Amino acid sequence: MEAHSSEVFVIGLTVFFLACIIGYYVVWSVTPALHSPLMGVTNAISSVIIVGAILAAGPQGFDTSKIFGLIGVVLASVNIFGGFLVTYRMLSMFKKKTKKTKEKK
Amino acid sequence: MVAILYLISALLFIFALRGLSHPESSRMGNIFGIIGMIIAVFTTLMFKSVLSYYEIGAAILIGGAIGSFIALRIEMTALPQLVAAFHSLVGLAAVFVAAAAFYDPVAFSIGKVGSIKTASLVEMSIGTFIGAITFSGSVLAFGKLQGTISGKPIVFKFQHLINALIFLLIIFLIVLFVINQSPTIFWTIVIVSILLGFLVVIPIGGADMPVVVSMLNSYSGWAACGIGFTLSNNLLIITGALVGASGAILSYIMSKGMNRSIINVVLGGFGGEQDTSANKDNSDKIVKQGNAEDAAYIMKNADSVIIVPGYGMAVAQAQHALREMGDILKKEGIEVRYAIHPVAGRMPGHMNVLLAEANVPYEEVLELDEINHDFPMTEVSFVIGANDVTNPAAKTDESSPIFGMPILDVEKSQSVLFVKRSMATGYSGVDNELFYRDNTTMLFGDAKKMCEDIVKSLSA
Repeated sequence: MEAHSSEVFVIGLTVFFLACIIGYYVVWSVTPALHSPLMGVTNAISSVIIVGAILAAGPQGFDTSKIFGLIGVVLASVNIFGGFLVTYRMLSMFKKKTKKTKEKK
Repeated sequence: MVAILYLISALLFIFALRGLSHPESSRMGNIFGIIGMIIAVFTTLMFKSVLSYYEIGAAILIGGAIGSFIALRIEMTALPQLVAAFHSLVGLAAVFVAAAAFYDPVAFSIGKVGSIKTASLVEMSIGTFIGAITFSGSVLAFGKLQGTISGKPIVFKFQHLINALIFLLIIFLIVLFVINQSPTIFWTIVIVSILLGFLVVIPIGGADMPVVVSMLNSYSGWAACGIGFTLSNNLLIITGALVGASGAILSYIMSKGMNRSIINVVLGGFGGEQDTSANKDNSDKIVKQGNAEDAAYIMKNADSVIIVPGYGMAVAQAQHALREMGDILKKEGIEVRYAIHPVAGRMPGHMNVLLAEANVPYEEVLELDEINHDFPMTEVSFVIGANDVTNPAAKTDESSPIFGMPILDVEKSQSVLFVKRSMATGYSGVDNELFYRDNTTMLFGDAKKMCEDIVKSLSA
């Protein structure tokens, strides 16, 4: 049992460090102009903890843990919808130059 | 099957961030993110232990409605506050999930009440600790950005010592919690961490908020990671790490933009104090004042204009009037570009969003590195609502608090137009010698009104 749980932890740690490295390279490739949308998206996806909240809210009946889970689901949903929507709004503003009205030099 | 679906979801999140490398691919990226989230939620709903669909559905609808309402209504100038508020929710959600896992460990298969696995207890308390700090720190950052709390740094004696002691206390509490698994101690950890979050953000001033907001972004990621370890869920660990890394890199970029270490920013207390001695030195110097007609005349006769917007432009909501001015100049055949300093605004990339909102094409908006060598070939620099980021003292005066900060070389252009409300110093409290140069014209007034007046003079 002990050996098993420490193994799970090491797998988690492996995943963690590899994800940090991927995160490092992916984030550096983000253009500075889009740093605000980046915060919007990361904010939305960090609410993936809704997964944990759903598990807690899952069982039938009503106990403390379920109530906490449901509160977690509400909070995370605010973020998921809010985060993706506000990012969408920001990104739809970034436009190219209007087609053929380029300035003559 | 569950593991595979979670993996797909994690990959989609990576693609979502990857898409942001260019405005063209960014919208697709956002859609990837949304699909990833839908997969994650539905996969979890398919778990055998998850039965209360109605309650969960209602919770998602309530949260979703609130979130959508806020996101659709928010003004783009208020974006930093919104992001801070959202971060606080992630932190709070992490605390609630950890609490739920503590009260019902069976649902997460991490043991039974009173005999939860030690590793899970450690991970759970770390997740709670980071979550609670993120929550209270973000609430305070929100207050400072919104203006409900003074943006000035609040400093008191033994501040850092007190914080260090509280931190040690939390470690002690976590050890105690792991040993006796008492609910009382769990909630004590939550409360003390919330207190620490407040104390950590309180000494940090308004213009250092870009670093704070990025840092809290990073914390919210690590909190998700902590929960991920508790639940042995790779999706949470991967996503948390991505978000954590993202926030950390943004904090690094922001503090580098001010030539300060992250530690220096976090310790706080910067700005606010007026450097009166430096102001006195310049009191007898002459400032050349101008009005909107002068500015219109100067720019009309130029070939190239670089606009340098700062936080003051956002406060005055001048971006639309500014873009109108730019459009008229462009019609006259003048080359108009925008130069953005990394720490302009109150969150990373804030100026870019505001200009994009005002329909400025993103090709005309350039970063410091891209445009700085063009100032010597430029006739007019139009500085609006920015101050410290143009101060040449950062390059010449070693005693200046902003020495070493990368600045936009507006002083190298043939003439400088400065739109400002008064002669007041910027955030750093340092006087700007640029104001007294021969080729500088000060345009005193509200940024929005000034742009509108210039537009009138230009079209007259």
